[in-house]
Amino acid sequence: MEHYSMNLNLRIWRQKNKNDKGGFADYKVEGISSEMSFLEMIDVLNERLILENTEPVAFDHDCREGICGSCSMYINGRPHGPWHETTTCQLHMRAFKDGDTIVVEPWRAKSFPVVKDLVVDRAAFDRIIQSGGYISVNTGNAVDANCIPIEKDKADKAFAAAACIGCGACVAACPNTSAMLFVSAKVSQLALLPQGGPERKTRVRNMVAQMDKEGFGSCTNIGACEAECPKGISLENIARMNREFTIASLLSED
Amino acid sequence: MALNSKIPTGELDKKWEEYKGHVKLVNPSNKRKLEIIIVGTGLAGASAAASLGELGYKVKAFCFQDSPRRAHSIAAQGGINAAKNYQNDGDSVYRLFYDTIKGGDYRARESNVHRLAEVSVNIIDQCVAQGVPFAREYGGLLSNRSFGGTQVQRTFYAAGQTGQQLLLGAYSALERQVALGNVTMYARHEMLDVVTIEGKARGIIARNLVSGELERHFGHAVLLCSGGYGNVFYLSTNAMGSNVTAAWKAHKKGAYFANPCFTQIHPTCIPVTGDHQSKLTLMSESLRNDGRIWVPIAKGDTRKASDIPEEERDYYLERRYPAFGNLVPRDVASRAAKERCDAGYGVGSSKMAVFLDFADAIVRYGKIEAGKQGLENVSKDRIVELGKEVVKEKYGNLFDMYAKITGENPYEVPMRIYPAVHYTMGGLWVDYELMTTVPGLYCLGEANFSDHGANRLGASALMQGLADGYFVVPYTIGNYLADEIRTTEIPTSHEAFEKTEAEVKERLDKLMGIKGTQTVESFHKRLGKIIWDKCGMARNEEGLKSAIEEVRALKKEFWSDVKIPGGINEFNSELDKAGRVADLIELGELMCTDALDRNESCGGHFREEYQTEDGEALRDDEHYKYVAAWAFKSEGKWELHKEDLIYENIKIAARSYK
Repeated sequence: MEHYSMNLNLRIWRQKNKNDKGGFADYKVEGISSEMSFLEMIDVLNERLILENTEPVAFDHDCREGICGSCSMYINGRPHGPWHETTTCQLHMRAFKDGDTIVVEPWRAKSFPVVKDLVVDRAAFDRIIQSGGYISVNTGNAVDANCIPIEKDKADKAFAAAACIGCGACVAACPNTSAMLFVSAKVSQLALLPQGGPERKTRVRNMVAQMDKEGFGSCTNIGACEAECPKGISLENIARMNREFTIASLLSED
Repeated sequence: MALNSKIPTGELDKKWEEYKGHVKLVNPSNKRKLEIIIVGTGLAGASAAASLGELGYKVKAFCFQDSPRRAHSIAAQGGINAAKNYQNDGDSVYRLFYDTIKGGDYRARESNVHRLAEVSVNIIDQCVAQGVPFAREYGGLLSNRSFGGTQVQRTFYAAGQTGQQLLLGAYSALERQVALGNVTMYARHEMLDVVTIEGKARGIIARNLVSGELERHFGHAVLLCSGGYGNVFYLSTNAMGSNVTAAWKAHKKGAYFANPCFTQIHPTCIPVTGDHQSKLTLMSESLRNDGRIWVPIAKGDTRKASDIPEEERDYYLERRYPAFGNLVPRDVASRAAKERCDAGYGVGSSKMAVFLDFADAIVRYGKIEAGKQGLENVSKDRIVELGKEVVKEKYGNLFDMYAKITGENPYEVPMRIYPAVHYTMGGLWVDYELMTTVPGLYCLGEANFSDHGANRLGASALMQGLADGYFVVPYTIGNYLADEIRTTEIPTSHEAFEKTEAEVKERLDKLMGIKGTQTVESFHKRLGKIIWDKCGMARNEEGLKSAIEEVRALKKEFWSDVKIPGGINEFNSELDKAGRVADLIELGELMCTDALDRNESCGGHFREEYQTEDGEALRDDEHYKYVAAWAFKSEGKWELHKEDLIYENIKIAARSYK
């Protein structure tokens, strides 16, 4: 593959802390290699800013291989940028060309307040998991693993739902800032497995209640979440959660 | 202080049973009064926090990431070993134990490794009960695959995301305990020191990474589950935030650091593309089953791979190791690649890469497929087409990842690969109970040294992290805490907390006060280069001696010229990183010191002076069959303590791959 070098105009959201109003700042970067990852391009900018006695751009990142779910940049109007099923850390600069202007913003959602610059607070997701995203089995309680045979098809579907990395792109992509894709992925994973059976009804009710409490918006079947999900989590999970929720509500004894 | 590894007496396979039968217990009403601090929420930390919370202890868990779910265990690809023998292929606890000791080149402790093999089966049960979606067969039962260094199929997996699924299982168990009020979670917090009172670990000083404030936390015991130190090399497959700080602070407070020079370099990673590179990505070892590794015969050949004819290619592994070819062990493959690139035969724009070529495999599979389908007079193009389909089914996800990062299509052109730092076997010294040399201070998972000797086998890191957290420490910690039930909560106004916090603050002030001219990142890169060049895949006396001098000089330069923007009492990633890099620099010196002291080659530690005629690692069991545990004395001064390794159940032999 031919590599090339480019000069870019960056328009990046800067916000000192959660109380600051924030605003865009413009930067030029030069000599960016098409081989760099997007975050390495930001590294180049930050190294320069530090040497110029300016504060570097704050952003969340850790594994840089598309699995930890830390990175969360809204690039040119799309969570994680232009590539399909790709996290920001796996997006590479050959997606851009010399002279491009790139606009970078944090996730925008009331339930994900900005901490600083591009860093947001996603603790709401942890609290949703706390409300029921688990199977209540203490260490030592388990039976032999092969005592629970699971149809391959269901196991595969459960795995596909479990592939969610909790990055929040679904919320950022949704005009309503709905967290339905995230919540439904966990509800689906556990509803598809026999181990999840005993808590199936309480789980979906509690997780949906917590989701609402956190202030995430409603789902209106737009599908932007699925389109922008870096792990390809399917809308089918939302349909399944809706069924689970309806059944749990209809059969509710309280 | 003499090292007491507290290995129970008795037969190897009865030790753990016996220990559990006689260990002291803490009754439930007392557990409620006992507080435990856990630093790190990867597999070891999350599983320990969940299990100890379930037992009723008051747990406080800390992670520097924004959520415990993001710890770097999440990135593990391949799988997790367990001696289930579901495949009826002759596996057993003893075989897993034996393979692990041998794979570690006879530098691990028998009793710990046997216990690891014993509890491995419980881990799979626990994870399935939690809803971890392991791969399954059509009959609904669990699937297994093979991994390096073994002759049985004992690896459980969830596609190429086993670490993610196991961590999310442990994370959900942890969050359940948070909801129940048994665990308090402190995300975006970093431990910056251990507080000791009368010689015992009694708490930590942590920094809130959002506000920058220092916090004091009391605990009757402290568990460090903070991962490995691979980032001492700058470039590694570790996460950007992976660091040695928690372990290093503990080391400076009296915890011995064991075998720091035992580091694992994985042969097949996507290579560095330039100075901008921030991290490296692994390409699974399984690819070497079908890929052939080569470089051009001519030095500095810049032609495309497809333009280099067969007779101008050097399949150097097949040439040097005809018996094993491309499937030589990790350390051998890594060193051979380095040798070719150092000699000027590397490929790609950086010249620090070799080809991993699937062209032959594609044709081979294509022919087999044509035969299966009963096709005759098949064109060459059709064979290639059929072969690509087979390769896609076997390795599709890896090929996709490669394409995304490099922009090249590995079905058409060979992959470019190069070895990369992947794991550290060394870590804080712990006894059988996973306690360090500081009473009340424990160390679990990759952060300790205990189970992998000088080389870790694939799919064993996940096993160890979860074994320590789910099934070992919940028992062993009771033996210590049973004697602590009369210790009431020590107020954090205690002078030891005051003093330790003052020291931490002084260091932060000092860092911020330097106001030099070079960035933290630039120092980290320079440290990485020194360690990689001189304490990496191959080491020698001269190189190590000069590395020690260079690291010392770098330390001095760092503390006089580092430039950190922003302030202390705010979100400041550069300050966080500066503290970590400062600790990695100090660790770098100890690593080189340990490597210099160990005059033998074993596992990942290859001293060029100690090799057989055909370039294999040459162990010296007579003089080095011990764990090197280093006690910190003063800046740049350590004292070596040796724990002799006693093999009562395994006969030590030279590892042979011929």
